[in-house]
Amino acid sequence: MEEKQNFQTSLDSNQNIFKPSTREEIVEIVKNCYKKSIPLEISGLQSKNKIGRNFQAEKTLDLSNYKGIIDYKPEELYIKVKAGTPISEIEEALKKNNQQLAFEPNDFGYLFSGESNSGSIGGVVACNFAGSRRFKVGSVRDHLLGFQGVNGKGETIKSGGTVVKNVTGYDLCKILSGSFGTLTVLTEISIKVLPKPETSKTLIIKNPHVKKALDYLGQSLSSSTDPSGGVFYPDYFGKNFILNDLTHDGGLTGIRIEGPMNSVDQRINRLSKELDLIDNEFSVLDSVQTEIFWNKTKNLEVFKNSKSNLIRIVVPISETLQVIQKLKKDDLNYFIDWGGSLIWMAFDHLNSKILAEIKEITKNHQGYYTLIKIEDDFKASADIFTIDPIKYKISEKIKKSFDPKRIFNPGKMYTGI
Amino acid sequence: MSSLQMPKVDSSILSKKDKIVSDIGRIINPKNVLSHPDELRPFETDGLTAYRQMPLVVVMPETVEEVSNVLRYCNDNKVKVVPRGAGTGLSGGSLPLEDCVLMAMGKFNKILEIDYQNRCVVTQPCVTNLAITHAVQDKGFYYAPDPSSQIACSIGGNVAENSGGVHSLKYGATTNNLLGIEVVLMDGTITKFGGKAMDSEGYDFLGLMTGSEGLLGVITEVTVKILKSPEIVKAALVGFPTIEDAGNCVAEIIAEGCIPAGMEIMDKALTKATNDYSKAGYPTDAEAMMIVEFDGTEHEVEAYIEKAKQIAEKNNSSSLKVSKSNEERLKFWAGRKAAFPACGVLAPDYMCMDGSIPRGKLAEVLREITRLSKKYDLPVANAFHAGDGNLHPLIMFDANDKNSLKKCEDFGADILKYCVKVGGALTGEHGVGIEKRELMCEAFNDKDIQQQLTIKVALDPNSLLNPGKVYPILRKCAEEGRVHVHGGKTKFPDIPRF
Repeated sequence: MEEKQNFQTSLDSNQNIFKPSTREEIVEIVKNCYKKSIPLEISGLQSKNKIGRNFQAEKTLDLSNYKGIIDYKPEELYIKVKAGTPISEIEEALKKNNQQLAFEPNDFGYLFSGESNSGSIGGVVACNFAGSRRFKVGSVRDHLLGFQGVNGKGETIKSGGTVVKNVTGYDLCKILSGSFGTLTVLTEISIKVLPKPETSKTLIIKNPHVKKALDYLGQSLSSSTDPSGGVFYPDYFGKNFILNDLTHDGGLTGIRIEGPMNSVDQRINRLSKELDLIDNEFSVLDSVQTEIFWNKTKNLEVFKNSKSNLIRIVVPISETLQVIQKLKKDDLNYFIDWGGSLIWMAFDHLNSKILAEIKEITKNHQGYYTLIKIEDDFKASADIFTIDPIKYKISEKIKKSFDPKRIFNPGKMYTGI
Repeated sequence: MSSLQMPKVDSSILSKKDKIVSDIGRIINPKNVLSHPDELRPFETDGLTAYRQMPLVVVMPETVEEVSNVLRYCNDNKVKVVPRGAGTGLSGGSLPLEDCVLMAMGKFNKILEIDYQNRCVVTQPCVTNLAITHAVQDKGFYYAPDPSSQIACSIGGNVAENSGGVHSLKYGATTNNLLGIEVVLMDGTITKFGGKAMDSEGYDFLGLMTGSEGLLGVITEVTVKILKSPEIVKAALVGFPTIEDAGNCVAEIIAEGCIPAGMEIMDKALTKATNDYSKAGYPTDAEAMMIVEFDGTEHEVEAYIEKAKQIAEKNNSSSLKVSKSNEERLKFWAGRKAAFPACGVLAPDYMCMDGSIPRGKLAEVLREITRLSKKYDLPVANAFHAGDGNLHPLIMFDANDKNSLKKCEDFGADILKYCVKVGGALTGEHGVGIEKRELMCEAFNDKDIQQQLTIKVALDPNSLLNPGKVYPILRKCAEEGRVHVHGGKTKFPDIPRF
């Protein structure tokens, strides 16, 4: 309580950025903002703050001081942390017990600032972007076991817990994952952790053609060899990978196999046979090179220092080829992750006409897009996320149920929400 | 059985029964509107048979438009609606109300599309869980969540309850295997959340709807992902001299990085009862018995089984048998799956609880259950999905003895409260329904519950969709009923419960 008294939360002051280090302080700030209807930008470690629409907030609630591991029980497969805890700190702790966050959080630092910044756990949950293992283990939302947070009225709420099986009440963990801080300020997060596989190897297939790559990926993901990653890099990105056992620098399809040592070898062998590969057509990366390869992938390192706009497109795998063929222009670079379902596409130039076209194409192919990086001039008017009118109406109601005065990140996802 | 308070009956609705029947008969085929008591009787209860209530009328829509029109009519006329799938739920989620329209989804019983390229199945909600696997198994695929009632329970009901199963440690519950749903809200709005693409844009309504126990919308279509069947499955049957040894073994297997497909523990009482019942060849002298199952490719499974064997031996295992064939593996499971009927032989009645606990608290919780068993003077047998911490104590009692019933209810509530106290949850997979409704305040405070109710009101302002379920009416922790079985007769005696 003493901390609370010492903390400067008076909104009459000129203070615009609050850096609370206790939950009581967060509650106090939100309560005050609620009372006075002051919009609040919720921020973490600035790794993904550029994703989302531009919006105006009078004050900033910076959670970077609200950090630390509260409870880590390796044998119970969970870690409970404060929302501002850096992902790097969590991964460091897990590594000591040979565990990991299986959903492989992306590191957007390379994309936005040219260097690593994997952000905070609160930001990772708020964005719900998962790495290459998505198709096998689920997204961030599938690993969030429970949370405590502060809603838009300044009330502390919780849902879920630390056990994997829990069907008590509505699953609010899901609705908060990917809500971009528009519903609740997350304070404590319990997240599922999993053992690191004993080893992992990657089958790299020399191949510049996207159609062939999607065939390889589709076949692998439907085989009992149980891959945990599947990517395709076209020719111009192949040169980004300089690895001991990579025998060419052109387009490549990468398929990751993980598990006990002898099982991985057996499955890699089998997969190469199932895919009818001939000897000089493929190479196998050992675990060290595999780690480098997949880190580069999840961290979007091929777009490091790129000035282009970047769009994240998710479609069913059956639609990927057509979507790429329809969108592909000369000035466009892309690569495919999630075994064929996720397309990262860079556009040198973007305008509302091109965006409308992308929107139409992704929608017609049962998918959606999110604008990840976008030139400032265009950002103010662009639809960063897509939504249909019915879901917009429901979203408005849900927003109101958590944050009745719209003080949290107003307009970050959609106008009016 | 203790009396259960339900939402106030609206007598004006009761008096308008004939009008409601004829109005809805104009919206949908009148043959699908049931109102005679003889027609209503089969719908008076679900898998929680201790509670029975005839609905005002039963409607059986055939299309999503019919669902939408009936809901809109009910919303406009302030008529309560209770959705129902196969009616196998164990927490009373589809118990009718006296003044409700019971919306039985039984006619939505077709698989619409099998899409191997995207590895998913699009189906109507009243197709059974197992029918999905049956539809794709010839191509070597299956649907992973396997609630024990999978031969009868509907996939729509699985979504509503977020059903789990023996394999949810490795493969997750329904929510982790779902790609999309079509849903109708109480005001008649038809919408789709998710689809064949992974994750979705905007708020995760798919996740919110899953496990909402029929309070937020009626599900009319489901898209689930299907997985390639594992090449090989093997199980080990292990006996332990103490519960602590078994608990430590479970923790160590997990800590060593092996994630089994399933890991089950039974205490001595249940091991003996199930072995007598099913002749499964269990080590009846052991204080605890574990079945641990691994799936995957041959080398992978062999490696994990070997590791599990070493860990079991290190933790003083008194016996250990690895399945040599699929038949033998299924025999290991036969006893475990007969846990419910085996208890039916031991006592006139039993109640099955469904708490979730941290794996490491198993020994502590079982000690507490033993203490409570002595306190209440009622025998208890314990089954435990050890892999994911889901505990199913079976309390034996005699319902003809009112005192015994009351003691059983108190005993059950004490167990669930203890589960929450050690960091677990009130329900791991059966849902809250009416059964654990008044215990919600053990897990949540007023603010937590209020936040959830605000979401309910946002989507259903008149609280007409499945009212009286999940959230406390009494707002105090009354001890209410559990899954109650009398004379070994469950509502669906053919469905295994485990």
